Amino acid sequence: MITVRKIHKAFGSVQAVRGVSFEAPDGKVTGLLGPNGAGKSTTLRVLYTVLMPDRGDALIDGVNVVTDSLAARQRIGALPHGAGLYPHLSARENIAYYARLCGLDKHSIDDRVAGIIDMLEINDFADRHTKGFSQGQRTKVAIARALVHEPQNVILDEPSNGLDVMATRSLRRLILKLKESGRCVLFSSHVMQEVAALCDDIVIIANGQVAMNDSADGIRNRTGRDDLEDAFVQAIRLVEHA
Amino acid sequence: MMRTLLLVFAKEVLDNFRDRRTLVSALVMGPLFGPILFAFVINLSIERSLSDVDETMQLPVIGTEHAPNLIRYLQSRNLDIVAGPPDREAAIDGVKTGAFDVVVIVPGEFGEQLADGVPARVEVITDAANTQAERDARRTLSALQAYSRELGAIRLVARGVSPLVVQALNVDEVDVSTPSGRSGILLGMMSYFFIFALLMGGMYLAIDTTAGERERGSLEPLLSLPVTRDQLMLGKIAATCVFMALSLLLSLGSFFFALKFMPFEELGMTPNFGPRVVIAAFFILTPFILLGASIMTLVASFTKSYKEAQTWLSIVLIAPTLPILIVSILALRPQLGFMFVPSLSQHLLLIDMVKNEPVNLLHVAISVLSTLAIGALLTWICARLYRREGLLG
Repeated sequence: MITVRKIHKAFGSVQAVRGVSFEAPDGKVTGLLGPNGAGKSTTLRVLYTVLMPDRGDALIDGVNVVTDSLAARQRIGALPHGAGLYPHLSARENIAYYARLCGLDKHSIDDRVAGIIDMLEINDFADRHTKGFSQGQRTKVAIARALVHEPQNVILDEPSNGLDVMATRSLRRLILKLKESGRCVLFSSHVMQEVAALCDDIVIIANGQVAMNDSADGIRNRTGRDDLEDAFVQAIRLVEHA
Repeated sequence: MMRTLLLVFAKEVLDNFRDRRTLVSALVMGPLFGPILFAFVINLSIERSLSDVDETMQLPVIGTEHAPNLIRYLQSRNLDIVAGPPDREAAIDGVKTGAFDVVVIVPGEFGEQLADGVPARVEVITDAANTQAERDARRTLSALQAYSRELGAIRLVARGVSPLVVQALNVDEVDVSTPSGRSGILLGMMSYFFIFALLMGGMYLAIDTTAGERERGSLEPLLSLPVTRDQLMLGKIAATCVFMALSLLLSLGSFFFALKFMPFEELGMTPNFGPRVVIAAFFILTPFILLGASIMTLVASFTKSYKEAQTWLSIVLIAPTLPILIVSILALRPQLGFMFVPSLSQHLLLIDMVKNEPVNLLHVAISVLSTLAIGALLTWICARLYRREGLLG
């Protein structure tokens, strides 16, 4: 469960996030939707404690990301935007490195790594050095790496970027599987259809603020548009003209 | 807590052992660069110093017919007299363009002046800016002066005066330097090769673990793991240190073997670089590893990309020569204060050892402790720096 409380973050004179609050409950998929530069990544980076907010904070299962960031990180599996791998290590070694750093005990590491490799269907290239992997292969390994310690909260920043149709489908299956096992899944995207197909709750962010926070149906009702894309545009206009 | 450090350390060592560029620079380039350059310089200087005495040198002379005795004398000094260019202008042009190194001109009135007992004029045309020409000119001049002295002595004897009259002083130079001591001059640059090899060994790791990791996009996921950033940074620096130590060991070893094959006796030197000195040198240079690793990591942390890091680190590679250079140019005598200066203290201690002179243990202690202290301070700064979020660029 992730609770975001009035986060503000500026980079120099650019106010990237201004007072974003929302909640992502366990057993649900929450989508962070917004145009490029809306503040999605900045919000997520505060959640996985790479950035410190200027004001406000967030709780991961009740643990404060600002005051107790190490404990908060223990409850998170994060896939940052454009996450890179170590090219001289095999996919399996990349995943195992993270498993060890997360403190998994020695005996269970091999099984865990093998399990996540099965789950993400990356057996074919698991023992190749990741140098020369395609974008889709890289993303899958990066996701496997983020999930190997079975975190309760999963944060994915634009996970479907650069994935082909097949890869996107298996990513979608994975997200639903995580949801069924009672995890809290929070992911960002600028692709409308993806969010609509997967998410229980949608948080629309524009201009560093939450424009709307509801289910897909709720958003359709509130904007008075049947088409979610129209609703999305409408919601963003509301913020930008406010 | 140590666990994270060790994990990061083990991963960086494995990762970089698989990286050909890192391996080549750490295990081949650094360790071999010094000995190869060294062998080259030493063989060249031996060749030069031998050629001075033995080899016949060609000497173009204009107007040989005016001074047959002088020519015979020069020939007896192993100078092969050949016909010079047609006239003085051609000789000057020839020397300017490098066609000739030295040209001697004997003017037509040479015989007349000699007979009259006035100083007979001989011209030596050369280019002092050209090293080879300068050496040939020196040899020509010394032969001419010797001829002048001999003729002068004969004249004095003919007048019933002892030639010793004109020699007021009898100067005797006593050189107390030992063969090991003389090698110190030449081997002075050796200490820099060790420092260079040591830095080269860790350079790519320092870049890869900071700027490289950021450029690849693997830094942010790493920082989102439940580990402290200090531990990550310390593990990376530890891995860098291991590569540097390896590079230093190889460099010392390759020098140890290379020196065996260099004909130092011919230069009147016997460098003291046996197994004991090699081991002592390793311990004297070891503190510099931490300093080098932390300063390279620190510099690379500030850069935005792999390429930028490379540019800045090549400056770090040269920086340790500065104190050594300043002290040798100013010809300063070793003193206690120098032992607080990293690279300079290692250099001076190494020279003492190679010269087979007693090594001051207080100096060793100061060198080791001050270098370690600076290294520890820089490592601490690195760890602090890793807490900044600006690191992500």
